[in-house]
Amino acid sequence: MSQADGSCRRAFSAALLEAARKNGTIYAVCSDSKGSAAMGDFETALPGQFVEVGIAEQDAIGIAAGLSRCGKTVFVCGPASFYAARSLDQVKVDVAYARSDVKVVGISGGVSYGALGSTHHSLHDIAVMRAFPGLEVFLPCDAASTAAVTDYMAGSGRPAYMRIGREAVPAIYGGAPGFQPGRANILRHGDDCAIIAVGEMVKPALDAADLLLQQGIKARVLDCWSIKPIDEAAIEAAARETRFIVTVEEHSIHGGLGAAVAEIVVQTFPLPMKILGFPDEWAPAGSSAELFAHYGLTAKRIASAAADLDALTRRR
Amino acid sequence: MESIESLRRTSIDIRRQVIKMIYSARQGHTGGSLSSVDILVALYFHAMRYDAASPADPGRDRFILSKGHSVEGLYAILARAGFFPEARLSEYGSFGTTLFGHPTLRVPGVEIPSGSLGHGLSVGAGMALAAKRDASPFRVFVLMGDGEQAEGSVWEAAMAAAHYGLDNLVAIVDNNKLQISGPVERVMNSAPLKAKYESFGWEAREVDGHDFTELTAAFDAVPWKAGKPNMIIAHTIKGRGFSFMENNAAWHHKTPSQDEYRRALLELEREAAAYPEVEGGAP
Repeated sequence: MSQADGSCRRAFSAALLEAARKNGTIYAVCSDSKGSAAMGDFETALPGQFVEVGIAEQDAIGIAAGLSRCGKTVFVCGPASFYAARSLDQVKVDVAYARSDVKVVGISGGVSYGALGSTHHSLHDIAVMRAFPGLEVFLPCDAASTAAVTDYMAGSGRPAYMRIGREAVPAIYGGAPGFQPGRANILRHGDDCAIIAVGEMVKPALDAADLLLQQGIKARVLDCWSIKPIDEAAIEAAARETRFIVTVEEHSIHGGLGAAVAEIVVQTFPLPMKILGFPDEWAPAGSSAELFAHYGLTAKRIASAAADLDALTRRR
Repeated sequence: MESIESLRRTSIDIRRQVIKMIYSARQGHTGGSLSSVDILVALYFHAMRYDAASPADPGRDRFILSKGHSVEGLYAILARAGFFPEARLSEYGSFGTTLFGHPTLRVPGVEIPSGSLGHGLSVGAGMALAAKRDASPFRVFVLMGDGEQAEGSVWEAAMAAAHYGLDNLVAIVDNNKLQISGPVERVMNSAPLKAKYESFGWEAREVDGHDFTELTAAFDAVPWKAGKPNMIIAHTIKGRGFSFMENNAAWHHKTPSQDEYRRALLELEREAAAYPEVEGGAP
């Protein structure tokens, strides 16, 4: 089983294993999820730092909090759909309110489990997690950025939620990107519009910028991998320096990245926005790629949404 | 470690503090705080090993009030144990105080916030597991309610504690048989608790939760069986110590009127008179 197949989960588990080999207080907790979280190698290498709790997400978070109160840095690894709902009260109280050194790593986030249906989708996790004071929320977009966020979390001492997808994704970053909470990365410069994206939507956002450039529209592209804290300065600058903003996320259009960006935009420098994501309905059956296409989360549709706003804002 | 007689006197003092806090603040979970006072007294002044001057000592025994609403008793105990000055108890119920209506980490001596029921046993299991992995001798005590046993997460934790052989974990159920809307057996029957925990792989004992001889004997013998978590089902009386509150669900979070407060103090005075050596026995 290759550690470097380009998937965020393998990048995560490899980075965590490396950190835990150096630091015996780093623990991993799984809820019958070591396969899906790619934590098998961790358990084999460091059984004394691995805890299996069975199919019991509430217990997993509670046990992780208990371990952390006794000096451990604990990564709970399992499906985002369950950790962002089933155990949400434990995340709120035992992790966020208690400021426990616990990282909830939601794997197979968004619609990674596509055809398995809405029980296994987490299109609400950003909305709920970012409402808890003190809980950091991160969505890296590729293997290298996942490793960078994992390294940060291993030493931060703070509670956090990180969502990653299941399948291999194209590399966005060449080397290891420097990660700082509260800092977005500007991947493309431009001052006609800004496309702000997270996770697997960063790649189609970049491709959309290429398409827009062919039409003479220069798009700035931001990878907003730190959703909380969010890069208020970069977002305000995008609002002041461009004519409109398009946000793209593998999440409900309610309460996610788009909402977080809009909260800043309307209170600093209001301008037209388009929030692209999953509408307020239960998704049909389909792979994640099919669902992205169905809901317009593709380079082409991102570009056409931007072109519409371009026409609107030029008329003004 | 206090004598049995001394624990009884301490219990009177703590209950006086509890009723005073609730009366002054006009808020509180009166019945359930009073049912658990004797368990807390036995823990903090007999069973547990800790130094209030070093609340972060890694080797300390831990206590988790999973039934976080019984907070007045815990605050009075922590103050008496020296975690913070007793004078601060008068802040309870005032705007901006750190003495919230449920425990938070802003109160010295509190190990984890609680109040949402069904969390404490998992957190306690995590602490006990950390002690096992680190070969550290500390124990973890978790106090739950009997109504709380309806929370499914309690049983996730019960399963895990047995799976990991956490004989350094001691759970206590304050079995006062009443919850906010009535008798536990009518709201959602949790009986038979002892058989339930035994079937989950725990060693379980039943004690009179107001008898310090029984409570201390149970705590002193922990672990009762190597490799098994310990469950004490403490039979208690909701509103313990005040005749007009005892076994009355209406006192779950009712606060006493001025007359009831005076009557409560008189009843405590009478109880204290049975122990003439009590310092300041009269309120």
